[in-house]
Amino acid sequence: MSFQRTQEKLKILADAAKYDVSCSSSGSQRANTNKGLGDATGMGICHSYTEDGRCVSLLKILLTNYCIFDCAYCVTRKSNDIKRAAFKVQEVVDLTINFYRRNYIEGLFLSSGIFKSADYTMERLVDVAKKLRLEENFNGYIHLKSIPGASDELMREAGLYADRLSVNIEIPTEAGLKKLAPDKKREDFIKPMVKVKNEIIQYKAEKKIIKNTPKFAPAGQSTQMIIGASGENDFQIMQTSNHFYKNYNLKRVYYSGYVPISYDNRLPQIGSAVPMLRENRLYQTDWLMRFYGFDVSEILNEHHQNLDLDIDPKLSWALRNLHEFPIDVNTAEKHMLARIPGLGMRSVYKILNARRFRKLNWEHLKKIGVALNRAQYFMVCDSNQFEKRDLTSEKIKGLILQNSTSKYGKSLSNQLSLFG
Amino acid sequence: MTSKNLIYDGTFDGFLSTIFYVFEHKLEKVTIQNEFSIQQGLFCENERIHTDEDKANRVWNGVKSKLSSKGSYQLYYAFLSEQNGIENLLLDYITYAFSNVKKVDKDFAHPSVLKIAQIAKSVGREKHRMEAFVRFRLTKDKIFFANIEPDFNVLPLIEKHFKRRYADQLWVIYDIKRGYGLFYDLENVEIITLDFPKNFDFTKTEDAFFAKQEFEFQKLWQDYFKATNIQSRKNMKLHIRHVPKRYWKYLSEKQPD
Repeated sequence: MSFQRTQEKLKILADAAKYDVSCSSSGSQRANTNKGLGDATGMGICHSYTEDGRCVSLLKILLTNYCIFDCAYCVTRKSNDIKRAAFKVQEVVDLTINFYRRNYIEGLFLSSGIFKSADYTMERLVDVAKKLRLEENFNGYIHLKSIPGASDELMREAGLYADRLSVNIEIPTEAGLKKLAPDKKREDFIKPMVKVKNEIIQYKAEKKIIKNTPKFAPAGQSTQMIIGASGENDFQIMQTSNHFYKNYNLKRVYYSGYVPISYDNRLPQIGSAVPMLRENRLYQTDWLMRFYGFDVSEILNEHHQNLDLDIDPKLSWALRNLHEFPIDVNTAEKHMLARIPGLGMRSVYKILNARRFRKLNWEHLKKIGVALNRAQYFMVCDSNQFEKRDLTSEKIKGLILQNSTSKYGKSLSNQLSLFG
Repeated sequence: MTSKNLIYDGTFDGFLSTIFYVFEHKLEKVTIQNEFSIQQGLFCENERIHTDEDKANRVWNGVKSKLSSKGSYQLYYAFLSEQNGIENLLLDYITYAFSNVKKVDKDFAHPSVLKIAQIAKSVGREKHRMEAFVRFRLTKDKIFFANIEPDFNVLPLIEKHFKRRYADQLWVIYDIKRGYGLFYDLENVEIITLDFPKNFDFTKTEDAFFAKQEFEFQKLWQDYFKATNIQSRKNMKLHIRHVPKRYWKYLSEKQPD
């Protein structure tokens, strides 16, 4: 390949792909076979981090940034005046292999603008994956974008070579989508997602009977929503997210704070801040749903439609439900321990193990790594020192905030001053 | 009673042989040091321990029966930390494990157990970092070469990962701090020591040693690294937490243009 041309294309097409958040490279269980190259059995590895603090695990590029669509929120929209480029299939294969051999990456994340038609585009994405698997004997991780509107047959082929497939619904509500991307319909996104979901179920069932059934998208599906571009509240966002987790068996939903890239007056203007704190609170909520046993309606509902920015969603839930506390860490069940603010799942497991040997006191809990600043108001342990005052939620919140500094201190005061 | 200071050869087998000796002689006031870091204590009698593979295996099997599988690998990980005084902490841990009917490696309210778990975690983190931060460079003799300077002695822990992953290429990973490396010859991994030319600069990719295409791919990787960053989200504090500065010198993407 010609170095200079590739260099130019790589700059353009990596820059265009960077708004896709997913960088996961785990969960695939694809082992190295026949002394080939690569192995995707272990946990994911972040080989580097960009200066914005995001993990670099995959070579994340577009095949091309030519696109026939004109979605307002997208940097490669047809009407945007930017440099365009397109990789050849072989160029992507060579880059992936050579980066992988140097231990730069875990694999490839290939997306694309839509040129000519959905099928024409999807076919080329599948070609890259197929070449990597069959010609290069590559066992690293491959994440392909499902192009909305691609045929079932192509989606099936994609799943045979890729570890993960994803299609970004981008805008959390249908009304928002209509406003910002009038050429696109929600069902175009859903169709490939349903196809992949059904194939995964079917291949898994067959594998139970016939052992050499090939893997089909072993790392599952994911999607992404843009936050803060189309006016949805957190309740709407998390309801959509919950809907997709439940109905399409998604592995992950990603939330991407909108980075202003356009003067379109339907969108936040260039120069306005990326809502990073809000994005963080949504991820925390997502974790509470998936790992801490919370139902989404406990955290966000008709009466509580937006997450607090100054405190985390678990603390916020606890303050609204003081009647559930205090919890005795020496006797409480796992699912109740997980609800104590300041206790992560790692601490929960440590407590469950350690309390089989002796009753735990504050000193033990502190050494184990519990964030006592938050946790102390919500638990009792083997000590007669505990919060005896009958404190109100506001009082507890005040005490906690007084004794902590948020890493978001600066953006907090900015964002709050809007209402102040 | 004077206390005894046992000196071993620095290997894991040597350490386990020392543990055997402690239990065999029912020693109570005892410290363990490796031969590279002897410090003469007052009122203490030095004794050299001979490394004996059979005795080491007996102790190791005992350890494995008294700890969960995670507990025994944590013990090995903690040993590889090479931290000052780690041997004494491990001795305390093993003594506690042997004196208890229950498997104690999850007794996180016990000071030695918690400490070993924490040290093992840092070693595990360093292992994972090396799996991430190794940067192979293709030499003129078609070997993918990487040099590292890990905080802890993690080469023994990363061998399997690289052997499985890069099964079809020749590679060397060299720990320049400890002066030894791993070489994979397409079949097996061997431990090697290399003599480098005087004034060899490990941070530079010089064309006398490295293949021509190496420069192109390093450039492409640097360009990619820059292009994939979102300027309006810049957060150097987070960046440095994930990629601490001490690792920068051998990361191709962090080299100045």
